[in-house]
Amino acid sequence: MAYNCVVLIKQVPDTKRITGEAMNDDGTVNRSSLPAIFNPEDLNALELALQIKDKFGGHVTVITMGPPAAAAVLRDSLYRGADDAILITDMKCAASDTLATSYILSCAVKKFDYDIVLCGRQAIDGDTAQVGPQLAEKLGIPQITYVEELVELNGKSITARRNIGAGWQQVRTHLPVLLTITSDANEPRVAAAKKMMRYKNALTALEVEQKIKADNSGANEGDIKTLIEHKYKELEEKGLLIKQWNLNFLEADLTWCGRSGSPTKVYRIQSVVLAAKESKNVEPSDDGIADMIHELIDDKTIA
Amino acid sequence: MIGVNRQGEVWVFAEQHEGRLEDTPIELTSKARRLADTLGVKLAATVLGNGVKELGQKLIHYGADKVYLVEHPLLGHYQTNSYAKVMFDLIHKYEPQIVLYGATTAGRDLAPRIASAAKAGLTADCTDLEIGDHKAQDGQLHKKLMFQIRPAFGGNIIATIINFDRWPQMATVREGVMPMPEPDVKRKGEIITEQVQVNQQDLPLEILAEHKRPKKVNLKAARVIVAGGAGVGSKENFKLIWDLANCLGAAPAASRAAVDLGFIDRDHQVGQTGTTVRPSLYVAVGISGAIQHQAGMSQSQKIIAINNDPDASIFQVAHYKIIGDLNEVIPRMIKTIKEKGFKEPTTIAGK
Repeated sequence: MAYNCVVLIKQVPDTKRITGEAMNDDGTVNRSSLPAIFNPEDLNALELALQIKDKFGGHVTVITMGPPAAAAVLRDSLYRGADDAILITDMKCAASDTLATSYILSCAVKKFDYDIVLCGRQAIDGDTAQVGPQLAEKLGIPQITYVEELVELNGKSITARRNIGAGWQQVRTHLPVLLTITSDANEPRVAAAKKMMRYKNALTALEVEQKIKADNSGANEGDIKTLIEHKYKELEEKGLLIKQWNLNFLEADLTWCGRSGSPTKVYRIQSVVLAAKESKNVEPSDDGIADMIHELIDDKTIA
Repeated sequence: MIGVNRQGEVWVFAEQHEGRLEDTPIELTSKARRLADTLGVKLAATVLGNGVKELGQKLIHYGADKVYLVEHPLLGHYQTNSYAKVMFDLIHKYEPQIVLYGATTAGRDLAPRIASAAKAGLTADCTDLEIGDHKAQDGQLHKKLMFQIRPAFGGNIIATIINFDRWPQMATVREGVMPMPEPDVKRKGEIITEQVQVNQQDLPLEILAEHKRPKKVNLKAARVIVAGGAGVGSKENFKLIWDLANCLGAAPAASRAAVDLGFIDRDHQVGQTGTTVRPSLYVAVGISGAIQHQAGMSQSQKIIAINNDPDASIFQVAHYKIIGDLNEVIPRMIKTIKEKGFKEPTTIAGK
């Protein structure tokens, strides 16, 4: 049988490349100074969905929630082989913690007839690994977290191997299911040149608007509106319009979204300044090292 | 979700597998004890399983005032849905103000499922917890909240998270960041046996096979750690790390970079994605000192850093800075130590 996969992805700042310049004086992170990337383990989730599609057929839908610029990771997904991409963007999503995020995502996933929902194990900006299990709970389906191998898909039955810290566990359950995928699961494929040519012009509604406005800066409002309508239609016909959904479209209960839907609040952010209280330079010579060792023996650091 | 319940207890989810308590919930008990004392409430542990009665007494020895013991044949093996359901029911019955979980694989699988069902807040992977007051933007003063302290952005910032209205305040706490308490066998407490309904529908997963791989090395228990980084250069040269560790009776460890390069097994990794350690002495050899690594070792009592790059950030946390070639420095260290009459070689687990 063919499987419908929904993959939840996130655009994240590349936290591995944080340098001193990325920190503001008040200790917060200057996100704009960091390159925005496809969250690494979400690529593994997408890859697994694509492998399922390659083997059994079906459909791969990619969903992200984020600012308009997050459309970049959706295009990237289309380059790699996703069939459909959806951007959930709304100012009312701002300040959502994992609970509110999982609620909003659940409203979107419920619009699909899905068999398997896939998420990366965790995102590198927050490292919480919470949205996957919370989403599974909201959808009322079982979860298999820390998946390192999809062992078997057979009809409505799925068998996967999951990492349990010191070892592994092989589990079986019935679809629909939510999986969170680790980086050990696979090697994500790269973008396909042909798909890149095709999808590089895929745009969200907002991007269409911005592009038309930029290209026709002198034109009057009415003309611009007509041009935008025209472009929408054109992209839609070619399958190049990235769906853009807001909370209204999702019929989400605003109480559970954004700040009001988020029980956890940031009280304080501090930059990490680690420094030894007292430190000394040790000459890499016989004497220098001997002095240090003797000192450590004397203060009983080493016995 | 429950409301703000100032009389609520502080709870620790006492994760066990096959009748053996995990380390992290025990580590957590010492911190949770202090939170409970500050709040003037009782500390309780919840144990779910089958045939795990004797763990109750153990948890009391580690500092719990009360233990909620839930035994059922279908709870013998950890499963997300069944455990989440039982914890959810207990939380609604007793309304604790704080619930803590170890940030183990199971803890990180379970806690978000409970938080979602309870519509309560959850902070992942905390490294510290405190009690403090918060004045909200609307001017309202929220007293005695749990400050949930955790690194974020790959360890580059420390965020303090609070939850002042949708309780319980819940957090998972990273392994190894809190010292293991000593059990006090004279401590007395109350064990409350809970009856629960669990049925087959609560077990959607079938566990077909399980392979437990004991960790090859227990870095958390090591008094001295010698860790190598990418700067060591090769797997062959990593022998220097083993040699120095051997003559110090230390545990050999590594940065993520060295593990990724295949110099040593991942069980030896120190840092944000590896083990958090706090030994008496940490020798960092050829480790540049990425913030993710520092997050896992900066609480060591003494740190020696050996690096040929004077600008390496590891020097910021080092008590002894040795700018030089590790290939010369380590043999000199070994020579000095041996001259002082150290016994060698000490057996190192896993070598």
